[in-house]
Amino acid sequence: MVTQQEAGPRTVPGPALPRPHARRNAAYPYGLYLPAAVVYLVIFLVPTAMAFYFALTRWTLFDSTFVGLDNFRDFFAEQNLRAGFANTLVYAVLTSGLKVVFGLLLGVLLTSRLRLRGFLRSVVFFPVLVSTVAVGITFSALLRPDTGLVDKTLAVVGIDGPDWLGDAGTALLSVALVDVWKGVGLATVIYIAGIMSIPRDYYQAVAVDGGGAWHRFRHVTLPLSWPATYSVIILSLIGGLRSFDLIWTMTRGGPGFTSDTIASIIYKQYQAGFFGLSTAGNVILFVVVTAVVVPLNRFLAKRQVTS
Amino acid sequence: MKTSHRMLAAGLAVLTTAALTSCGSDSGPAADGTVTLSFLIDNGASTTARAKGLADAFMRANPKIKIETETRPGGTEGDNLIKTRLSTGEMSDVFWYNSGSLLQALNPAQTMVDLTGDPVLADVQKEYLPAVTQGGKVYGVPSGSMSGGGILYNRKVYDQLGLQVPRTWAEFMANNDRIKAAGITPVISTFKDTWTSQLLLLSDYYNVQAAVPAFARDYTANKAKFATTPAARAGFDHLAEVHAKGYLNDGFGSATAEQGMKLLVEGKGAHYAMTSSQIPPLVATMPQAATDVGFFGVPGADAAKNGATVWEPPGVYIAKTTEHLDAAKKFLAFIASPAGTDAISKAVQPAGPYRVNGAKLPDNAIQAAKDLQAYLDKGATASALEFVSPVKGPSLEQITVAVGSGLTPPAEGAAQYDKDVDKQAKQLGLPGW
Repeated sequence: MVTQQEAGPRTVPGPALPRPHARRNAAYPYGLYLPAAVVYLVIFLVPTAMAFYFALTRWTLFDSTFVGLDNFRDFFAEQNLRAGFANTLVYAVLTSGLKVVFGLLLGVLLTSRLRLRGFLRSVVFFPVLVSTVAVGITFSALLRPDTGLVDKTLAVVGIDGPDWLGDAGTALLSVALVDVWKGVGLATVIYIAGIMSIPRDYYQAVAVDGGGAWHRFRHVTLPLSWPATYSVIILSLIGGLRSFDLIWTMTRGGPGFTSDTIASIIYKQYQAGFFGLSTAGNVILFVVVTAVVVPLNRFLAKRQVTS
Repeated sequence: MKTSHRMLAAGLAVLTTAALTSCGSDSGPAADGTVTLSFLIDNGASTTARAKGLADAFMRANPKIKIETETRPGGTEGDNLIKTRLSTGEMSDVFWYNSGSLLQALNPAQTMVDLTGDPVLADVQKEYLPAVTQGGKVYGVPSGSMSGGGILYNRKVYDQLGLQVPRTWAEFMANNDRIKAAGITPVISTFKDTWTSQLLLLSDYYNVQAAVPAFARDYTANKAKFATTPAARAGFDHLAEVHAKGYLNDGFGSATAEQGMKLLVEGKGAHYAMTSSQIPPLVATMPQAATDVGFFGVPGADAAKNGATVWEPPGVYIAKTTEHLDAAKKFLAFIASPAGTDAISKAVQPAGPYRVNGAKLPDNAIQAAKDLQAYLDKGATASALEFVSPVKGPSLEQITVAVGSGLTPPAEGAAQYDKDVDKQAKQLGLPGW
């Protein structure tokens, strides 16, 4: 076995460079920040602050009445919220887990010496380019029980396929698998970049020590592509927690409430014209995503340094 | 300081961008006295056809008034667009929108012209007014025909099996048994289009009103509940029952309304809880839809009290911001006159009778419209609950899907809906909740 080595030379914070023209240096870039800062302020910070305010009101677009924390109480009393939370977590963990596994496998496959490597890379990446709504509509058609291609194919081998999206047991799972199909290309690209950046020396070292393909994967590729894994997990987990478009186009949270996620519950409140209530839901989603992702980010970043 | 110019320039750039939003609108009559009315409608095929028929006929009769129709998306996207345009004062002169509970959310007192006692309403039937009334004031005229909400059925299947139109729920279930035995789907359900799942329950309202006449008033005042009123809960029980007996089509969970209508018209399914407004758009491609599909009200417990629930026509309203009030009123008066309804009938087959005195169904009206007319002639109709009460929970369609798929027991579904309604009433700020 290869002994654990330091992964490349570490950059050491050097002595601070002398700053001869500190005043001018500071003034020039700050001025350039301004347009971006104004845009950021107007289209991000101001609406965010307004959202935090409107979450506390009963808001009909015509007028708003301050109601304190009523909206938050009502949102937490939402009957399908518990299921929605559970679904959101299951969906986020399932999709990001599968994206890590498939992304890594495809990444390894597509960095190896294959004849059709370039072509296969585009094939894997292609779904990422397609609009999510289009993917949702396409798969809704493919998964239909009577005329859909999936069940027709299953019927050929004698399997009576379920009503994928119309059955409470399979609806969320079907959407999650489609999400993986669509998102795995991006994970693969991240893994390809990660694997390509691993210095060849390590593989040569494994070869010298008599290790095979499995050893190369287990002791070099897997640990040294950790930064890629880390990016894939964070990106797909945030995406999964906010997941909405695919679920909405494929099941609308149904049948009944069985595939509702937090985002689809929020959207339903908005649809019903309960703007204050749906804003409160958005504030809660913001807090939840932050609460999940910030500690996870720290945890993963720590592992990145030690590995 | 060197940077100040840059800052100024950047600031100016931002201001210019902000000022570039266009807000042009023409106003006032043209030199030759022609007035142009803008008319906002939804982009559904039948609405655009009806609106075009109306506008053309009106412009022929009033050459000095020009109608320019513009379309908007349907559904909740369109609802929010209308709310935004009304709240920013950018609404067209005249617009076409739902009547009933959805009207409440538009804040008519602030945004629309009050038509109470106006000659515009001369021909409008009294029964229609509650659907466009808020706070005792009337805001709209009926645009087009009403439609029947109940069971659409395939008359060929009925003929073939020698069945009679049922007058009680028990007779209906007996029919379903015989239809199933004949290898035909007894009840079509299409839960992919979740809104369709509510129809069996909402169309049962005639029976609720027959059993508990004060239900709508008490329900609006937070005194009556679905879960605790047996006649109201029956709708949830029926939904669960047709599923439990295995009467539904295969793949009902992912079937769409369009597929449902096709099953019905082709006779592969016998019953479909739906409104008759689904039929006219099909007549062009499936002419037999006009003659083979009949309509009956959802049967209740008592044959002596058999009747049907009706969906009132949407309204046409005048925005308060209009600068052509006289022309707009002329247009509304035309819409709500027999000449107006004739123009609509020519464009699209009516799904039911009109709410305008003196208006008649055309001789070649679809069968379902004639069936509904028969209920009206007997005086055995009631407007659906959403036209007599502003209270309607937004999650009903998901709850009815869950009950109709056997995921939620009916009693629990009714209780969930009561909670949903409670939330809506609070968000609307209704008194007593």
